[in-house]
Amino acid sequence: MIDFGFSISKSSHIQMDDVDLKTFKKLEALNPDINTCMSCGLCTATCSAGNFTDVSFRKIILMLQRGKDKEALQKVKRCMMCGKCMMICSRGINTRNILLSITRLYNEEEK
Amino acid sequence: MIVEGKQKIWADYQKDIPDDHYYYVRSCIRQSFFPASEVTFLDITRNKLGKDFYENPYHTTCGGIAYHSDSIPQETAMTIIARQFALMHESGYENYVCSCITSFGCYTETLETWHEFPELEAKIRQYLWDSCKKEFAKPKYLAHSSDIIYKFRNEIAAKAKYKLVNAKTGKPLKVVEHIGCHYAKMFPSKGFGGAEYPHVLVGMIEAWGGEVVDYPERRHCCGFGFRQYFVQANRGYSMSNTYKKFESMEPYEPDLIITNCPGCPYFLDRWQYVIAEQTGKTYGKNGYGIPALTYEEVAGLVLGYNPWDLGLQMHQVAIEPLLDKMGIEYDPKAKYKGVNNKDLGTPENPVNIKLM
Repeated sequence: MIDFGFSISKSSHIQMDDVDLKTFKKLEALNPDINTCMSCGLCTATCSAGNFTDVSFRKIILMLQRGKDKEALQKVKRCMMCGKCMMICSRGINTRNILLSITRLYNEEEK
Repeated sequence: MIVEGKQKIWADYQKDIPDDHYYYVRSCIRQSFFPASEVTFLDITRNKLGKDFYENPYHTTCGGIAYHSDSIPQETAMTIIARQFALMHESGYENYVCSCITSFGCYTETLETWHEFPELEAKIRQYLWDSCKKEFAKPKYLAHSSDIIYKFRNEIAAKAKYKLVNAKTGKPLKVVEHIGCHYAKMFPSKGFGGAEYPHVLVGMIEAWGGEVVDYPERRHCCGFGFRQYFVQANRGYSMSNTYKKFESMEPYEPDLIITNCPGCPYFLDRWQYVIAEQTGKTYGKNGYGIPALTYEEVAGLVLGYNPWDLGLQMHQVAIEPLLDKMGIEYDPKAKYKGVNNKDLGTPENPVNIKLM
């Protein structure tokens, strides 16, 4: 192997055919308003924990939709459940309930 | 589907190319990357097709590389371009043909900017007069040299000695086409077929007997990108793009890649060596790579030019498997012999990708 001083970056390509969305479908059934999120970012902008950690509601939803469950759950753990995101959401989504459902459903899956 | 509607949309992406009398400008980097491409283009158009192509010995680079790497401001790049137009005007020509895709993008961008902001054009006129005492006229027609080959592709096919066909099996060669980003992605109406369905290279492949490979990352960037490549630490981005394209085209087993940009064939060719050295993987058969050629080199091959006169030994990926498939006769010993049999020196053989 020759060291050229640079190398190939790992691809961020996601093969959706291989993604298992079974748990996400359950989450959708429990919280149909999850699909009304338009990723405006108001929740992220107002998030108290988001100022100090990498928690971001819209990123969590996007990650779950793309099968990145473990990464999403790591972010959910940072949430302080203060509910400011719920108050500011322009679509009136019950974000706190969704985060609680994610914790319950995905942790059940792991067991 | 409403056919008339489709035809109307398609008509927006067609170009009327003048039949004759062109003013030709060369590329700064193509002459060192592919030293015979421009000579071959002029030989084909002048001597095989009988067209009038004029070159002014005082023309220079378009300034595109300095402009895209933020070394010079846009006004400076425009003044360089205005000088080029002044030379064309002085030479008595109106149809401007450039060899480089970056230049084509710069010329198109400049003309469109002057169209939208006439006060900027007036400013550049003054700059040109102050610096060179020259006045310019805008070209009546602007084309890239691949447009010219596309226009005369059937005439070239009629004179062809070889086809893009496997001489042993009689099956068409599988050809990947890749157009430069600055050809039609910035101004889609300026390229044949626009940005989504560019036909300029497809037309050549089909006219010369090949089969176009349609693979998922077909429209993905080759990975050149000025800022990605100029800084060594960023070259990984460049190579990752190229890697993505090769991984995508690999299952289709292409025999050849044809391009119309200076950067694309260079990086699609050279990165195959770096990828092979870093991952041990090659994309051709039996440890070879996939040859990435310019459209002039492919035109030269089908017209029966000597592969070594076309400068194909300057490519990183060995060309011999392609020559064997097409049934082209060549002298392996003459690969690294220059004019008057001068020894050009033999390159070191890489570990993971075959050179000969």
